[in-house]
Amino acid sequence: MRWQNGTVTRIVRRSPTVSSFFFKLPEFIPFVAGQHVSVRLTAPDGYRAQRSYSIASAPEETAHIELAIEKLVDGEVSAFFHEVVEVNDEIEVSEPIGGYFVWPPGQEGPLLLIAGGSGVAPFISMARHKLLSGLDTPVLLLFSARTHQDLLFRDELAEIVDRRIGFDLLATLTRDADPPAGVRKGRIDAAMIAEAIGRLPSALHRVYVCGSNPFVENAAQLVVDAGVPPGLVATERYGV
Amino acid sequence: MATRGFTGRRSGSDETRDRLPPGQFLEHGFPVLSAGPTPRVRTEDWMFTLKDGVRPVKSWTWAEFNALPQSKMTRDIHCVTTWSKFDTAWEGVMIDDILGDAFIEPPTGFTLAHSFDGYTTNVPTPDLVGGRAMVALRYEGKPITADHGGPARLLVPHLYFWKSAKWINGLQFTAKDELGFWELRGYHRYGDPWKEQRYTND
Repeated sequence: MRWQNGTVTRIVRRSPTVSSFFFKLPEFIPFVAGQHVSVRLTAPDGYRAQRSYSIASAPEETAHIELAIEKLVDGEVSAFFHEVVEVNDEIEVSEPIGGYFVWPPGQEGPLLLIAGGSGVAPFISMARHKLLSGLDTPVLLLFSARTHQDLLFRDELAEIVDRRIGFDLLATLTRDADPPAGVRKGRIDAAMIAEAIGRLPSALHRVYVCGSNPFVENAAQLVVDAGVPPGLVATERYGV
Repeated sequence: MATRGFTGRRSGSDETRDRLPPGQFLEHGFPVLSAGPTPRVRTEDWMFTLKDGVRPVKSWTWAEFNALPQSKMTRDIHCVTTWSKFDTAWEGVMIDDILGDAFIEPPTGFTLAHSFDGYTTNVPTPDLVGGRAMVALRYEGKPITADHGGPARLLVPHLYFWKSAKWINGLQFTAKDELGFWELRGYHRYGDPWKEQRYTND
């Protein structure tokens, strides 16, 4: 594994619990939308803690990589990012990892992306990749979050939808009594999955599901129950 | 290089630290990780097949497999995503006993484990025999739940836990080391947690 000292160039709050950390790397290593990197923290006595985060920036954005990090209760690494890390800090970042939960080679589509909360991070990379690459692969993002402010990157996603490039968004809020216009209410269910699949122009090429394990377990099962072959469904579950 | 401001939360006693491989932390829950939807494998449909290359050597139904000698292994497990869990208690059939029931000695030094969902992982045969690995049927005294690989999963606790294939349905001896699912996708071909063999070139 190759490691580099990334420099934090910018920190942007995305929600009450999620902030984006932008890293400038000595060498930009090309990656595929959906891949992740590991970050490694080292204490003065040599103790290390390492965690993986999906890359949220697009492969076309070579000046920096963006990681959207959620502050977890008791999270040793995520709390450090939220409480200690400042612009100009140096953090060890690995080369990009992962050859499965990634944008498919070529133009195959359509793709259905299903995100729970901060599980949207790899799909932000995919959305930006679609926009910046000009690929005509049809994509629909089904995005479930607790409240409106947890709909990460909502303005940017809405702008990409408005460009009418074949990127569609279906958002739902699980803990918001009165969602804004166009946003659904409640957990992802069979009807929402059917609607998402129905909105895509042709038979699904792949489905990607990312979020907490209970979220992924439920959503992936609904997709399989809707008749999608399990082999087309890739999942990424938050380990710890 | 030390990270500015990072001291870390070293968990527990010296004993805990001695049991944690480098870069790992102690987890008390049991996180679930897998590449696809959880397959629902019914024990009525369950079948385990031992193969030498493409040639099937022997197959067992769920009832036949449960009639093989049952053993216990309580071990620490280590996930490549950096969590470790201590003293996980498993019961099942040692690979030695599977081979014994099939009346074969390991024909090659390489094995590919296969799962119902198409997952594969490669493990050198010597790492599976001599009391080092089992096909586990029970965890903490209960049937293994589907999300943790039930009805049956491979248990090779001395390697990173992706090697302990969930929903296992067969072992195949191969003439050479054939890479499995994650091993083809950037992860280490062997996966020794104590040598921190996480990724291909580690």
